[in-house]
Amino acid sequence: MSDETLIPMLPIEEFERRERRRMSPVADIWDLLDRVKDPEVPVISIWELGVLQDITVQEDVVTVSITPTYSGCPAINAMAEDIVDCLAAAGYDHVNVQTRLQPAWTTSWMSAEAKRKLVDYGIAPMQKDDEGIQCPHCRSVDVKLVSYFGSTACKALYQCKSCDEPFDYFKNL
Amino acid sequence: MSNVANEKIAAYANRLGDDSLIHGHRLSEWCSNGPFLEEDLAMTNVALDYIGRARNFLTYAAELIGGGATEDTLAYERDCLEYTNLLIYELPKGDFAFTTARQYLLDEFELLFLTALCNSEDSTLAAVAEKSLKETRYHLRRSKEWMLRLGNGTEESKEKLQTAVEQLIGYTPELFEVDALEKDLISGGIAVDRAGLEESWRSACEKTFDEAGVNMPQAVWRVKGGRTGFHTEHLGHLLADMQFVQRAYPGCQW
Repeated sequence: MSDETLIPMLPIEEFERRERRRMSPVADIWDLLDRVKDPEVPVISIWELGVLQDITVQEDVVTVSITPTYSGCPAINAMAEDIVDCLAAAGYDHVNVQTRLQPAWTTSWMSAEAKRKLVDYGIAPMQKDDEGIQCPHCRSVDVKLVSYFGSTACKALYQCKSCDEPFDYFKNL
Repeated sequence: MSNVANEKIAAYANRLGDDSLIHGHRLSEWCSNGPFLEEDLAMTNVALDYIGRARNFLTYAAELIGGGATEDTLAYERDCLEYTNLLIYELPKGDFAFTTARQYLLDEFELLFLTALCNSEDSTLAAVAEKSLKETRYHLRRSKEWMLRLGNGTEESKEKLQTAVEQLIGYTPELFEVDALEKDLISGGIAVDRAGLEESWRSACEKTFDEAGVNMPQAVWRVKGGRTGFHTEHLGHLLADMQFVQRAYPGCQW
């Protein structure tokens, strides 16, 4: 595939993840979990983030598989608790949350819609090779890196040289 | 898989977990002590990645060990003699030049090591490696940049970096030592042959050192012992700090 390809290609793991949801016999549980948001970026659901990987039900036990964004991300525990709470409120009392490391999470699983939500929230979405980053406030691409790391493991700190505003950048991983 | 093989894989995962945990702890000591806010954030974020990595390795080791072992019992209930981290990880954090030089030397090593571990026949080790490798690539970008900034900065920053490298160099050969356990696991396609990484590591480091205007010394002296529990005096102090709550209140939970 050349770099000039115009059709955006979905990574195979992401295609499979979407198929798992589309073909799932428990669509209602997937829909319920759309209410569980990233605790650090509360406009994005764990589905949109790519963290929610699979849901299976056996007898009356619901098993939810999630994948961490970064190895040490403390938000993963909060997400697991929120999943249990969300399903308990809907009457699912036996919920088992499993963490999966493979395939390793990547920002390329996030949809265009999720990226738009990030911008609206004031976070610049990831760019290939961390180039062409756009200020979420004034859309200028004249920006500079302030710090490789920001308020959470998944973000870096930038400043816009056009409007002077500092902003978070969701790192490409 | 046989029990013998499981025991060996457990020991291997345990030592990789120990390396990551001790390194993560050392980096976390910079929390609120960084030279400025951005670096404070960077070092503690990198610490978090290493502690996450340690949890993944130690949880797996504990699973294979069984008998009630958990990531926490491994982290908090073992003393120096039972810790198997390499010595370079436990050296005190030193000044910013020392922490930067150690991070850089280790990032170049981790990049090669984790890339190779992704091909392990053991699917859990390969999965942890795949996850960690992405983080290490990012760590390396920052640590390399700092090597250049310190090396090409002032006389003082350059001198501090050169001193740090000379203090560290004798601890690097241990990164490439293969003992009987690893030899065994290498032939089973599970462990990484560290010895085979040394040349690539050295040439990558030399390139950066050249650009930074700093000499990469030869390791004319070398120290080892971490894998067999022979540690520097620094590890005991680190564990006293890290394990204090569990020692004072055994079994306490958050």
